[in-house]
Amino acid sequence: MFILIVGCGRVGSSVARAMLHEGHEVSCLDEDPESHARLEVGLEKGWEDLGGHFTVGAGLETDALLAAGVERADAFIASTDGDNTNIIIAQIAQRRYEVPTVIARILDPLRAEWYQRQGLHTVCPTRVAIDMLESAVREGAERGGGPDDSAEAA
Amino acid sequence: MYIIVVGAGKVGWNLARELLDKEHEVTVIESNRRRYLTVEQELEHNVSYGDASELWVLERAGIQRADMVIAVTGDDEDNMLICQVAREKYLVERIIARVNNPRNRPHFDLLGIKPSVSATDLILRLLEHEVPEYGLVHLLDLQEEQLEIIEMLLGSDSGVTGRRVSDLQMPEGSLLISVLRAGKGFVPGPETVLEAGDEVLAVLDPGKEDDLKALFGPGNNGAPIDG
Repeated sequence: MFILIVGCGRVGSSVARAMLHEGHEVSCLDEDPESHARLEVGLEKGWEDLGGHFTVGAGLETDALLAAGVERADAFIASTDGDNTNIIIAQIAQRRYEVPTVIARILDPLRAEWYQRQGLHTVCPTRVAIDMLESAVREGAERGGGPDDSAEAA
Repeated sequence: MYIIVVGAGKVGWNLARELLDKEHEVTVIESNRRRYLTVEQELEHNVSYGDASELWVLERAGIQRADMVIAVTGDDEDNMLICQVAREKYLVERIIARVNNPRNRPHFDLLGIKPSVSATDLILRLLEHEVPEYGLVHLLDLQEEQLEIIEMLLGSDSGVTGRRVSDLQMPEGSLLISVLRAGKGFVPGPETVLEAGDEVLAVLDPGKEDDLKALFGPGNNGAPIDG
């Protein structure tokens, strides 16, 4: 698969490295040239030497998307640090470039839920954190932290 | 009308003033604390502090009953998001978006966010209009109605100089609507003879520009274009 990842921060770069390791062709796009360094953490060779691609540019820039290979992407991941950017560029990937698999990381649970219902595959780390924290608190309560009402098994 | 204006910068703030003057109900939403406090001194309860890309902020501002949402922040992604959500989630009838970077306009179009207004584009068009040697200038694009109005300057080498309007073989889907000559505009009749230096206005279906340019450009003798 050819995977295009926009936003090469902690999340984007980690996914990129994992996908490259699994044998996919991976292209990263980020506005910050320094983010390239994250791609090479723990690698013995350089990112490009291993077949990875890296382009400097913004996800909204058509030239940058084309240079990063959006037209031949099988999968597109929007993982910049801006929810709105991720929502917009993911839709561009879906509607203009018809990338088969498009995923957007969205931190705001409300926007993530709305756009998921509109047909965008969203991943919401905040939602996961909220659910896990709530479970952990309930488990703590069950183990004898306080009056046990009708707490259902976590 | 109840209008929500997102962004209390120069555009948003002045827009709010004008709309309030016209006796509309207005809420401005601003996410920068300092700017909010400044604007609040004048607009008071008509301005609200918050990030309008958060759905609960929009709901707190009463977006469900808004007749219009105008997104004029300095950030195109925010403007796109807010307008998309306003129209598709909250079913606001009318949305207007500001385009900061003209290169993002295709994205606004792709998501169906219109009308979208770019100050840069408007000024560029005026510049083109003022520069003596120009080819074809878009004066107006009516996207919903699928019509364009364009303006062309006829050079001395234009293929239609000296020809009568009735002899022109205008491409199907286009119509000559006015001629500006020596500072005066008039609607041409079939006997009007076009002259070098005339600025002609035409209305046309989108996609017919090239045919029109070929007809009115150098050397063609006004013959019909296949196309």
